[in-house]
Amino acid sequence: MDLKTQYLGLELANPIVVGACPLGTSVDSIRDLEAAGAAAIVLPSLFEEEIMAAARTAMEIESAGAGFAEAGSYLPNPDGYHIGPGQYLDHLEAVKAAVKIPVIGSLNGTSVGGWTNYSKKMENAGADALELNTYLLPFESDETGAEVEQRTIDIVAAVKEAVSIPVSVKLSPFFSSLPNLAKRLEAIGADGLVMFNRFYQPDIDIENLDVVPNLRLSTADELRLRLRWLAVLSAQTRMSLAATGGAHSAVDVIKAVMCGAHSVQMVSALLIHGPDHIGRTLDAMRFWLTDHEYENLAQMQGSLSLAKAENPKAFARANYMKMLDSWEM
Amino acid sequence: MAKPRTVMIDGNEATASVAHRINDVCAIYPITPSSNMGEFADEWSARGQTNIWNTVPDVIEMQSEGGASAAVHGSLQAGALTTTFTASQGLLLMIPTMYKIAGELTSAVFHVSARTLATHALSIFGDHSDINAVRPTGWGLLCSGSVQEAHDMACISQQATLSSRIPFVHFFDGFRTSHEVAKIDYIEDDDLRALIDDELVRKHRERGLSPDHPVVRGTSQNPDTFFQAREAINGFYDACPQHVVNAMEAFEKQVGRAYKLFDYVGDPEAERVIVIMGSGAEAVHELVDHLTAQGEKVGVVKVRLYRPFSVKHLMEALPKTTKRIAVLDRTKEPGAIAEPLHMDIVHALAEARSLGISPFATDPLVVGGRYGLSSKEFNDGMVKAIFDNLAADQPRNHFTVGIVDDVTHLSLPVDDDYDIASDKVFRGVFFGLGADGTVGANKNSIKIIGEETDNFAQGYFVYDSKKAGAVTISHLRFGPKPIRSSYLIRKAKFVACHQWVFVEKLDMLAYAQPGATFLLNSPFGADEIWDQFPREVQEDIKAKGLKVYCIDATRVANETGMGRRTNTIMQTCFFAISGILPRDEAIAKIKYAIKKTYGNKGDEIVQLNYNAVDGTLANLHEVTIPAEITAKTSRPPIVSKNAPELVQRVTSVMIAGKGDLLPVSAFPVDGTWPTATTRWEKRNIAIDIPVWDENLCIQCNKCALVCPHAAIRAKVYDPAALEGAPATFKSVDYKAKDFAGKKYTIQVAPEDCTGCQLCVRVCPAKDKSNPKHKSLDMAPQMPLREPERINYDFFLSLPEVDRTQVKLDVKGSQFLQPLFEYSGACEGCGETPYVKLLTQLFGDRALIGNATGCSSIYGGNLPTTPYAVNADGRGPAWNNSLFEDTAEFTLGFRLAVDQTRKRAIRMLKNLSADLGDTLVGELINADQTSEVGIAAQRERVKALRAKLAGKTGTDAVNLAHMADFLVRKSIWGVGGDGWAYDIGYGGLDHVLAMGRDVNLLVLDTGVYSNTGGQASKATPMAATAKFAMGGKSITKKDLGLMAMAYGHVYVAQVAFGAKDSQTVNAFNEAESYPGTSIIIAYSHCIAHGYNLADGLDHQTAIVDSGAWPLYRFDPRRAAMGENPLKLDSKPPKIAFEQFANTETRFRMLQKTNPERAKKLMIDAQRAVTARFDVYKQLASLSYGSDGGSETN
Repeated sequence: MDLKTQYLGLELANPIVVGACPLGTSVDSIRDLEAAGAAAIVLPSLFEEEIMAAARTAMEIESAGAGFAEAGSYLPNPDGYHIGPGQYLDHLEAVKAAVKIPVIGSLNGTSVGGWTNYSKKMENAGADALELNTYLLPFESDETGAEVEQRTIDIVAAVKEAVSIPVSVKLSPFFSSLPNLAKRLEAIGADGLVMFNRFYQPDIDIENLDVVPNLRLSTADELRLRLRWLAVLSAQTRMSLAATGGAHSAVDVIKAVMCGAHSVQMVSALLIHGPDHIGRTLDAMRFWLTDHEYENLAQMQGSLSLAKAENPKAFARANYMKMLDSWEM
Repeated sequence: MAKPRTVMIDGNEATASVAHRINDVCAIYPITPSSNMGEFADEWSARGQTNIWNTVPDVIEMQSEGGASAAVHGSLQAGALTTTFTASQGLLLMIPTMYKIAGELTSAVFHVSARTLATHALSIFGDHSDINAVRPTGWGLLCSGSVQEAHDMACISQQATLSSRIPFVHFFDGFRTSHEVAKIDYIEDDDLRALIDDELVRKHRERGLSPDHPVVRGTSQNPDTFFQAREAINGFYDACPQHVVNAMEAFEKQVGRAYKLFDYVGDPEAERVIVIMGSGAEAVHELVDHLTAQGEKVGVVKVRLYRPFSVKHLMEALPKTTKRIAVLDRTKEPGAIAEPLHMDIVHALAEARSLGISPFATDPLVVGGRYGLSSKEFNDGMVKAIFDNLAADQPRNHFTVGIVDDVTHLSLPVDDDYDIASDKVFRGVFFGLGADGTVGANKNSIKIIGEETDNFAQGYFVYDSKKAGAVTISHLRFGPKPIRSSYLIRKAKFVACHQWVFVEKLDMLAYAQPGATFLLNSPFGADEIWDQFPREVQEDIKAKGLKVYCIDATRVANETGMGRRTNTIMQTCFFAISGILPRDEAIAKIKYAIKKTYGNKGDEIVQLNYNAVDGTLANLHEVTIPAEITAKTSRPPIVSKNAPELVQRVTSVMIAGKGDLLPVSAFPVDGTWPTATTRWEKRNIAIDIPVWDENLCIQCNKCALVCPHAAIRAKVYDPAALEGAPATFKSVDYKAKDFAGKKYTIQVAPEDCTGCQLCVRVCPAKDKSNPKHKSLDMAPQMPLREPERINYDFFLSLPEVDRTQVKLDVKGSQFLQPLFEYSGACEGCGETPYVKLLTQLFGDRALIGNATGCSSIYGGNLPTTPYAVNADGRGPAWNNSLFEDTAEFTLGFRLAVDQTRKRAIRMLKNLSADLGDTLVGELINADQTSEVGIAAQRERVKALRAKLAGKTGTDAVNLAHMADFLVRKSIWGVGGDGWAYDIGYGGLDHVLAMGRDVNLLVLDTGVYSNTGGQASKATPMAATAKFAMGGKSITKKDLGLMAMAYGHVYVAQVAFGAKDSQTVNAFNEAESYPGTSIIIAYSHCIAHGYNLADGLDHQTAIVDSGAWPLYRFDPRRAAMGENPLKLDSKPPKIAFEQFANTETRFRMLQKTNPERAKKLMIDAQRAVTARFDVYKQLASLSYGSDGGSETN
C-alpha cells in the first residue's frame, strides 16, 4: 500500500511525523524512530528566551562571588562551554548524518531578531525544513488581536526572508479568524501550518497555594479540534497542513488525512508505547486502506474537507445545534 | 632576532605557561596565591595542550602540598621532568621532601608565589618568609621581580637545574607579581626547545629508577659514613652559580633579555646602594633612574640567585665606589642578629675580604631593614627614605620602612607626598563590587591597550576581605616605557566609582590628582547629582578642580539586557572620556575584546554586551560643577559612637581602608583580639531586605534558622518589654503554649542583611487571598534603613529568652542568641547557618578550632570578626591553627580542658572541708547534659567563687582561677571538605579513633571553595570543578561511612535546607555524646553554579535524589542493643540527573563533553543507588534487642 504524501515540498514515505518531543534529543532514539517507520522528525524546540537567559546567567555566574583575593572565579572555564544554540546545531548535524528521513528544526520564540538568526543557523546545519512555534500568549490588555496576528506574520516573514528551506508555522487554535490568518501567512510565503500547539497548562497546588507546571500527554479527544480546522483550511489553502495533538492510532491518522492533513505528528502515543508504535500504526493503516479498497493514501487526502465532505455543515455551527438537539432528546 | 610576540598576562600565568611546556608531570594542590598556576596547567592539559615534546603533561591534584611534593619526588625519581606550584604553608609542608630531592641531586623546579607565613595571624599576601624557611634545604633559590622576569626565570631555572642537578625554587612576590597583569614578551616553543638541552633531559631520565638498570637510593647511613657522604655533594654547589650564569647567557642569546646573578642598576660610581630581591627591586630601580638623572650617586643590586649564594658575583656587581649599603629583607626573623639577606651581605663582604676578592679599599657600611611584610606597600617615597637614611651621619640599622613603629621606633620617616609619578603615565583607579564585573572589565581594558597599542600596561587589583559585597579597587597604568611601579597608585588621573553606595562610604577622591576625571555610576542625573554628594566629595571636587561625568549604568544595564552587570557600560565610559584612544577606535576595540572574551561562549553573550556598549554613550553626561558647596550632609561616621574604644581607635580605621596608617602601638602583641566586632561594621550592601507581615506569620522561626548572617532574628518576650518601642516596631501575641502570654517579633537587621532571600524562600506563610504576598517579602532597603535600624536596636535591647525554658528544636533554637553574626560570607552562604546554629546551642561554652578556608576567612578575617558574646560576656573562643591540623588542634583543646577540670576537682576535694561537702559533691557530680544543668552548675561556680573570695591558699587561688572549667565546655573543630576529606584527613581519622569528647563539623561544599572551587575528594561524580575540568570520574568519598566503621564515633549527615529538624537533632546529639562526633553538613555554595537564593531547593533536591542521605549514627543506641544508624531521609524520589541538571557544575560537562557527561551520569546514578542501598541495609541490621531499625 502506497502511503506516500507530500509535506512542505518533501516527499514522505507515510504521513506519520514524530513531533517535537524529548525522543528527538538522542540520535539513538531517532534512529529507532526511523527504523520503526517515522517519515520525518521534528527536533525539540530551540527556545530563544532560554538561550538569552542562559547567556545572562553565564555572565552572572562568571562574576558571582568574584572580587575576592583568593578566588577570581569559582568554576572552571573549559573550552566548548557554549551558551548559544551550538549544541542544538551540533545535534541537528549529527541527526542528519545518522538518518535518511527529513529532519525538521523547531524554533520557539517571540522576537523577530532572534528567530531570523537561529533559523539561518538551522538551515546551515542541514535542516530540511523549519517549524516555527509562535507560542504567543497575549497577557497585556493593550495588545489587540490584530496586533497579535501581525506579530506572528512579522516573525514568519522575517524567517522566510532569511532561509530558503520550507517553513511551517505551528499555530494555536485561539485566533479570531484562522482562515484569514492562514491566508495572510500563505501570502507572505509560509509553506505549511501545524495545528495546533498544545500549551502547557499549569496546575494549581491547593495545599501550597502555588501554580505548578504540569505536562499532560494528549488524548485522542483532542483530535476533534484539529479535524475541524484541517477540514476548514484544507479547502482554502495550498499550504501543507499537519495535525498535531491527539493522533494516537491508525484511525486517528486516517481521519486527519481525510480532513486534509499532509502529515500527522505523533508524540504522546510514542512516549506511552515507544517507537514501535509507529510500525503498528502503519500496519493498521495499510490493513484498513486495503480492506476498504483504497489504492493509495493520496486518494483519501482531503476527502472530508469542507469543500468535499458530503455534509460540510457538520463542521460548522449547525452541527452545534444538532448536538444540543440530540442531548435534549 | 624577530620582534617577540607580546601578551598581557599575570605573573602566575607567565610562570605556568613556561612550566607547563617544559615538564612531563605537574602534581598540584591549591593555595593562594599560587592556585592559578595549577589551574592554568590543569586547564591546558585538559584542552590537550602539549609540552615542547608534543606530549600533554599529566596534571594531578594531590591531597596536600606534602602529597604533591612526594608525588613530584617519585615522578622525578622515575625519570620524568616534574614540577609543582605552591606558596607559604604549602611550601613548608614540602620541606621534608625538599631535603630528599636536593640530597639526591635531582633536577626539579618548584614555582612559588612567595607568601607570608602565618604567625600571630594568617595572611594570604606576599613576602619572603616562606622562601627563607627553605634556605637550608639545599635548593637553589632564584628570584623574579616582575611578570616578565617570572616568565623568563621559569625557563632559566629549568635550564640551570638540568645542568647543575641542584633543584630550584623559582619564586616571585605573591599578589604583587603573581596577580599583576602586565605586557610581556612571550617565549615561544622554539625558544624553549633551543634552551632546554635534550641531552640533559636524557641524563635526568637515565638517573631515574628503572628495573632495567636497578640502583638503590634512600638508604640509611650510620655515623661512620653519613657525614662524609653529605660532604660529597659540595662540588655541585660550588659549580651551581656558574651553571645559572651559563643558563642566563644562553637565554640572552636566544631571546635577547639579559640577566645576571646580581643585577646592578644605577650610577657606575654609586656610593649608596640598596640590595633587594623581588618586586620591590623594581620600585627601587625606578627611583634610582629618577635620582641618577638628577646626578645622585645611587644604585640598586637586584638579587636573582639567592641560593647558592655567590660572593664572587656579588662583589662583581657592587660598584667599587660603594660606601653604604642598605639590605632590605621582606621577612622577619625574630631573635636573629639580622634578617637573612642582610646577614648574607655582611658575611659576603667579610668572606670576600678574607678570600682577597673584595673590590673595596674599605668595606662599605651595611645596614639592614624590613619592608613589605604581607604585601605592605613599598613605594617610591619609602625607597627615597632608605636612600636618605644611607645619607645620614649615622644611618639607622635594623630599621623598618612602610609602617610607623611608635613602640620600638625602628621605622624610617617617609615623606608621604613624595611621588615621582610621570605625567607620561596614565593612572586610573576604579572602585567596583566583586559581582559587578569591574575587575574583569579592567583586565579587558588593559589587554586592549597593552595588546592593541604600543603602550606598556599594568593592572593590579585590590580586594577587601569580605565575600558578600566585596569592594574591588583596580589600579591601571599605561605608558610608553616599561612600568616598574610595583606599588599602588596614589595620584590618579582618572577615578571611577562603579557603585553609587561608595560615595558615602569611601574616600575615593583621595586618589585623584588635581584636574583628574571622576566618573560615577549614579542613579542621579547630571543636573541633580551635585546635591547628592556629601560635603567631603563636593569639597574635593572643587579643591582639586575635577571633571565629573555620570551615567546611570544600572538602568542602562537593565535596559540592554545585561541584568546587574554594569562593567561593559562603565568600561565604555572610561574609553569615551579618558582619551586614551580615539573614541570610535576605542569602541571598536571594546567590541573586538568582547568578541574575544565571550565569542567561545556564544553570540548571544556577545550581542548582549554589544547592546550595552551601544546604549552607553547617549546616557553619559558631564556634570556642571556649581560655584558653591551645597551639601547639607557629611559622610556618616565609620562606626557608631557606642562602639568600644579599640573599635573606635583601630578597627574603624581598618574599615575605612586606612589601616596602613595605624602605628605599631595600635596592635595587640600576640594576635589576640576581642570578639563581637562585626556588629560595629554596618555595610548596607542589600538592595532589598525582608519585610515581616506579623499577621501572616506562623511563628516557625525557619527564617532565622536559614539566615547566613544572623540578620533576621526571632524573640519572645514579656509584653511589658514593649514599653518605649519605636512606632513602627512590630509585635504580635506568641501563639504556642510554651511561652503563652508573651509577645513575639521577627526583626531584620537592615544594615547587616545581604539581601540573599533565603528567609523569604523558606517562609511557608502565604496570604490566602494573595499568595504572592508572604509573611516575608523583599522590599527596597533604602527607605527602610532608618526606621528598621531603630527597630533593630530596640529589638536587641529586648531581653534574651531564658535558655533553660527553651525546647531545643528548630523553633526553640532560634530564640537562642546567635553568637556568630554578620560575617563576610557570601550572600546566601550554605555554611554559615550551621556555624550560627552551633553558637546558638553551645556558643556560650564553646571553644572552636577552625581549619583554614572559607570558614576561617569569614570567621576571623580583620577588620571585624563575627563570633560574638552574650550579655554575660560569654561566647565562642576561636582560633585558626592551620589548614591541615584542625582535628588535632581541637583535640588539644579537649586535653587542656579535661586536665584543667581534673586539677580543679582535685583542689575541690582538697578544700572540701572549707567549701562544704555538699557544694563540692554537686560541683563534681553535676548533671550538665541540659541547659538547666549548665545553669545550675554556673550558679554553683558562682557560689564557689564567693566562698573562695579572700582565701589566699595556693589551692584556693588556683581553684578560683580554674573554677569556670567545672562548667562543661563544648569543643568543636570546624572546617570544609578540603580539610576533612583531604589535607586534614589523617589527623581527623586519628582524632576519631581516640574517642575523646570532640565535635567535628565538616562544612561540605564538595570543593575547595575559598581558593576558587578546586575539586576535593568530596566532589560528586560527574561534576566539573577546577582540577577536574573533564568531570570527576570517581565517587565522592564516603567520610561518614568511614567514621561509622569505628563504631564508637557519633556520625551525622545533615542538610538544613532539606530537613532542618534533623539538623538540629544531630547537633544536639553530637554535642551530648561523650565521645567523638562528626557532623557532615551539606553546604550549598557559589561554586556549584546557581543563584544561592535557590540554595534550599538544591539541598532538597540532592536529598531527594538519594545522593545526600540524611542519617544519624549514635553509638549510644548500639549500647542499648539497638541499631545505631537511623536513616532520616526517604528512598530516592528523583533521578540524580534531575538534581544535577539544575547546577552549572554538572551542566558544564553536558555542554562540553555530552558523551562523557552521559556516561558519568549513568555511573553516578549507579553509585548513588548503591550507596543508598548500603545505608538502607545498615539501618536495617539487627543489633540484638530491636530486630531492626526505624527508617523515617
